[in-house]
Amino acid sequence: MTIDLSQFYTVFFEESFEGLEIMESELLELDSQEPDIEAINKIFRAAHSMKGGSGSFGFTDITQFTHILETLLDQIRSGDHQTNHDEINLLLSSVDCLREMLTAARDKTDIDLEHIQAVQHDLENALGNKTVKKKEYEVAQTEQENTGQIKKEWLISFIPQPHIFQTGNDPLRMFRELEELGELNCTVDISKLPPFEKQDIEECYLSWKLTLISDAEESSIKEVFEWVEDDCDLSIIRSSQETNEMESVSPDFVGSPDVNNKQKAAQVEKFDGDRRIGDRRSGDRRKSRDRRSGSVSESTSIRVGIDKVDALINMVGELVITQSMLSQFSEDFDVSNIDKLCDGLKQLERNTRELQENVMQIRMLPISFSFNRFPRLVHDLSNQLGKKIELKLSGESTELDKTVMEKIGDPLVHLVRNSLDHGIEMPEERLAAGKPETGTIHLNAYHEGGNIVIEIKDDGAGLNKDRILQKAIERGLIKEDEKLSDERIYELIFRAGFSTAEQVSDVSGRGVGMDVVKRNINDLDGSVEIKSEQGKGSVFTIRLPLTLAILDGQLIRVGNQTYIIPLVSIVESLQTKVENTKTIAGDVELYRLRNDYIPVVRLHSVFNIECDSTKLEEGLLVVAETEGQKIGLFVDDLLAQQQVVIKSLETNYQKIEGISGATILGDGTVAMILDISSLFRLYRERSHYNDSSILNTQAA
Amino acid sequence: MATILAVDDSASMRQMVTFTLKGAGYDVIEAVDGEDALNKAKNSNPDAVLTDVNMPKMDGITLIRELRQLPAYRHTPMLMLTTESSGDMKSKGKSAGATGWLVKPFNPEQLLATIKKVIS
Repeated sequence: MTIDLSQFYTVFFEESFEGLEIMESELLELDSQEPDIEAINKIFRAAHSMKGGSGSFGFTDITQFTHILETLLDQIRSGDHQTNHDEINLLLSSVDCLREMLTAARDKTDIDLEHIQAVQHDLENALGNKTVKKKEYEVAQTEQENTGQIKKEWLISFIPQPHIFQTGNDPLRMFRELEELGELNCTVDISKLPPFEKQDIEECYLSWKLTLISDAEESSIKEVFEWVEDDCDLSIIRSSQETNEMESVSPDFVGSPDVNNKQKAAQVEKFDGDRRIGDRRSGDRRKSRDRRSGSVSESTSIRVGIDKVDALINMVGELVITQSMLSQFSEDFDVSNIDKLCDGLKQLERNTRELQENVMQIRMLPISFSFNRFPRLVHDLSNQLGKKIELKLSGESTELDKTVMEKIGDPLVHLVRNSLDHGIEMPEERLAAGKPETGTIHLNAYHEGGNIVIEIKDDGAGLNKDRILQKAIERGLIKEDEKLSDERIYELIFRAGFSTAEQVSDVSGRGVGMDVVKRNINDLDGSVEIKSEQGKGSVFTIRLPLTLAILDGQLIRVGNQTYIIPLVSIVESLQTKVENTKTIAGDVELYRLRNDYIPVVRLHSVFNIECDSTKLEEGLLVVAETEGQKIGLFVDDLLAQQQVVIKSLETNYQKIEGISGATILGDGTVAMILDISSLFRLYRERSHYNDSSILNTQAA
Repeated sequence: MATILAVDDSASMRQMVTFTLKGAGYDVIEAVDGEDALNKAKNSNPDAVLTDVNMPKMDGITLIRELRQLPAYRHTPMLMLTTESSGDMKSKGKSAGATGWLVKPFNPEQLLATIKKVIS
């Protein structure tokens, strides 16, 4: 039977990457002076599993690497090896190497062999002169022994100890195995058999004399008895004239010297072969460096707890019951049954809702998946920058849709890097400012309404308003005499081409990025806001929808069309009063909402459709908020609120400004989902509306 | 057909072992660590146990020792999957009551050959 091992690769890679995460997080926590044994054990187990798996699935280079790593870990574990700070860093780089090797093996790409060999070399050095047993970590191979052609007669004496059955071994099975080697004759010695009444059925009183005529070598015969070598007296004699002396079995006969050497030779050859392949590959290795994140073939599988699947099956069961109940009505419907029918429909509604909630649950993953990379990031970067920083994580179990999680990863990294680089001051600066030497970055996540909120909080210097303003003026982002609220000043850092870092560092880049961060978050229908106090620190708060597949929507009507506004962005809806309306610059309509003027966007003119009335006071104004800016959407009527399933317009048709997607309503008609921020942009372009000049005009 | 209790904390190894054994017609009960295996062993009656050594919660050697003390498992063949080919781990396993061992890395053919040694 041949089995295609590649079918197990996916799971192997998945668990290996998980193992690496564990290794990394435990290593970061590890105190090099007094390593916690349980932590070392966890790291060891992860490396050990990877070694076993990679060996069995044929990834030799990974097996070799993990073997050395494992040997070092084993020494640390047993207290034979005193570790230090540099060694922990070395272990961390070996985690990186393994990640690189696994990624390369998974995506069938090249690796930076030189780098890996360098780390492997360092690991070997750390091991010192304690040699690594190479024999152990070779790939499984079924090597047929080169058996001689001459038939030999073997005399075997096998005297098991009475407890042999209790090891689960059975002499009969061993004899069957011997029989496969050649012609077997068996004589049983029953002299030690006690009288029947004294017999213990669990004890073995028998011993055997066996004659085997076979071309097999002694080692093959010994192999049959390998498991019971300590539980029996065994002698194997070759009964030919030239070797007549009796040879007793030594305890380490398992691998007799000649076999060992032969295997070793074969292995060395294999080893060299791999190296050669590696060398050939290393030609264009540079480009594959640092491919850690953003790999081409991102795994699209998802691991789901069995309880979630069980819950689903349960739900479907309920649904089937409801369905069969309802179908009974259709057979012989009577008006008197109308109550029951209504009950049934209610039940169906409940089932559907529960099913939907449970299905959505499947895509939810704890945000720890995303947070887990930060301890390492902070550790490395603070070393690099010479800063002392403690990272606190909380709310790691907060669940979030997998797609949202994948897309928020990079923006989060950027924000944390930004806090590290620009937020937290150098230790001496902190001490001079009367702050503790070690700065703190706190990552927190929690649910709020239908959103997940992620906070990145630091106790650093805070944003420097004057510097931001000055820079923004230099860059021509704002006018010199403009008066902006604090919030709006902070938001300037999200504008393209903005950077206040006096010295461009390779940590947070060249000022590209913050605008990308903002755009990425907006693309997820999320928002980011900044609170900062000079000298005390800053908080970046990201708000994201829990899922991208379903949205809580407010249905609105314009003429005969139905549109959906995401409920999260609606602030209020109101009937307008004529005296509060104001038109400036000929075509820009503003509405006075308490102390603010907000721009009015007429949906009927944006989408060029007929509406009931063009008079503002005859319709309704839905006040929505986007990017900290309120706008009023003029509609004919408000309809129901409901959850809608988002269907992409781009994949089915094309991208349309002002619309983020479409959905199918209960009656089968298609309704468009409005994209408030894009509507606002659209409106701005059409009316040449300048936010900085008008929006800050306080109502008189 | 014979039933085998297969214990390994590594999902890929478990998958490979299960696939191989099922392909050869055995029934397989999977367990993810010693503790899980012990619980499952109490409610079933496998013809053989195949366990990894290094596992969280309860390692393979402790599992074998615990199982041997159960009347139903006094004679059940119990095999360890070990990467340690050194005698140390084997003798530890033997004294805990292991029947034999299979050294990792192994391929499906070697696994089946080993299983055949204990299940007739």
